[in-house]
Amino acid sequence: MATVSLEAVGGAHGYLRAQTRWRRSEIAFWLATLLPFLLFPAYLQLASQIAITALFAVSLDLILGYAGIVSLGHAAFFGLGAYTAGLFSKFGWGEPLSGLILASALAGVVGYAASFVIAHFRHLALIMITLGMGLLLQEAANSASELTGGVDGLQGVRMRPLFELFPFDLWGRTAYTYSLAALFLTFLVARRLTHSPFGLSLRGIRENAVRMPALGAPSRTRVRQVYTIAAAMAGMAGALLAQTTLTVSLEVLSFQRSADVLVILILGGAGRLYGGVLGAIIYMVARDQFSGINPQYWYFWIGLLLIAVVLFLPNGILAGLDRAAARFRRRSP
Amino acid sequence: MNTPGPASSSILATVGLQKSFGSLAAAREVSVAIPPGVRYALIGPNGAGKTTLINLMTGMLRPDAGRIFLGGEDITSVPPAERVKRGLARTFQINTLFPRLTALEAVTLAVCERQGHASTWWRSLPAYRDAIDEAYAILGSLALGADCYRLTRTLAYGQQRLLEIALALATRPKVLLLDEPAAGVPRGQSPALFGAIAGLSRDITVLFIEHDMDVVFRFASRIIVMVGGRVLVEGTPQEIAADARVREVYLGQTRHA
Repeated sequence: MATVSLEAVGGAHGYLRAQTRWRRSEIAFWLATLLPFLLFPAYLQLASQIAITALFAVSLDLILGYAGIVSLGHAAFFGLGAYTAGLFSKFGWGEPLSGLILASALAGVVGYAASFVIAHFRHLALIMITLGMGLLLQEAANSASELTGGVDGLQGVRMRPLFELFPFDLWGRTAYTYSLAALFLTFLVARRLTHSPFGLSLRGIRENAVRMPALGAPSRTRVRQVYTIAAAMAGMAGALLAQTTLTVSLEVLSFQRSADVLVILILGGAGRLYGGVLGAIIYMVARDQFSGINPQYWYFWIGLLLIAVVLFLPNGILAGLDRAAARFRRRSP
Repeated sequence: MNTPGPASSSILATVGLQKSFGSLAAAREVSVAIPPGVRYALIGPNGAGKTTLINLMTGMLRPDAGRIFLGGEDITSVPPAERVKRGLARTFQINTLFPRLTALEAVTLAVCERQGHASTWWRSLPAYRDAIDEAYAILGSLALGADCYRLTRTLAYGQQRLLEIALALATRPKVLLLDEPAAGVPRGQSPALFGAIAGLSRDITVLFIEHDMDVVFRFASRIIVMVGGRVLVEGTPQEIAADARVREVYLGQTRHA
């Protein structure tokens, strides 16, 4: 059924271009991210945290969903960005944008260094190595308590107004604007990347790393590049959290955070960018609601949700939505 | 460096290749010299070291001793991906494809890798119209044009075998090594597959491993026979058919079977 219409839009070239085109649902989605300003002005702090988590999940999607690099220690870069941005402001540089860029760059540099190890492993070995790296960094931050505040967290973070015009208000208006803008711009970069020849090559590595050298592809170099980019993005997410909440706790480096972002991505659907964003929204809203009902046992419901999704929507919620939409379109031509 | 080089007229050559897996010698003193443009068959009983030789030539295995030359250049210590860039491509006996890429995406990927675009992340794939058109043309030449929008894993087995060849062709090889291209394809269909191989440009030198002797004698202009990790004999199909040692190996086998 598809071939005829594909030929009509210009053969092979048109087919690939159609895949990269902006869909109406995408535009609608990004417009909808502005709704909290109107509908839930009391929840803008939560909305800001969702945008930050979404950015973190998108960064994991680049390495896990696209290149097939499993990580259980992605919080290492998130935490690195958070502490960098926090410390930067604590020691007198409270301008948010430069702090954000610096924190992101530092996380990228550390990611680049780590990528030389990462590029040599796959699967289970990678889980162990990324887990180990995460633990190393967390304990390092814990023991450097004079600098990081240790278990008490980093205190005394102050932010100057954004562009020296918009102070970070109690309601989170500036915070959400700032986080959402960072998410959107980074998402644009990630979207272009995944639609590029580089992105195709990453999917090739995910699908069959053995075949890639037989196509003349330096797959380890590619893995190093994407790992560096993902680390910088994760660092940016961490920096945003530090700057919008004015505190950094050891939790930003924790195993729990690494595991949560993995859960969020799988929930939403890995390898499709919007999966991480959707997962972040569902997870964070569910956590907010469940912990309101029962602050002690809310992970019970998250556990149930996770099992239900894996059982009934094995490729994530987004894939399930896609399927449902396709069925709907077929029924009403 | 002191090892004497092969005849300069050969496009692909090995000199004294050795490879052992524990006590099993999979390649012993293998020296072959393949002139450009020829269709070579590599035959021999199971375990003769045919796939090992391809793995050594492409760099997927490191030889214990000996040297490999591509177009007169010593490539013994050149990594596999770089050998592909210099014009040495291969296919795999067991489908080694990209299950969740469409056939078009997979071949476009191979073309982009060859053209050096695959590290570009800031331009969208459709901007590389040449690469896409070339990929589509390669798929078309192997009768995969109509199915190129399907995911690789949904293609029929025979189509996947052709996609193996399409991926190798996308690297624009000077030498193409085909490890049992018709493995698993119903016997009746393998001539069609070899027809596609025979139709390849004469600029591409082909070495293929194949067990079906009808196919070998129909499509090869020269034959190398390997037994027990050694090259037993090399010659034209007529010479091989008449060779007493080859008959010994093959007829001896059938008699015992």
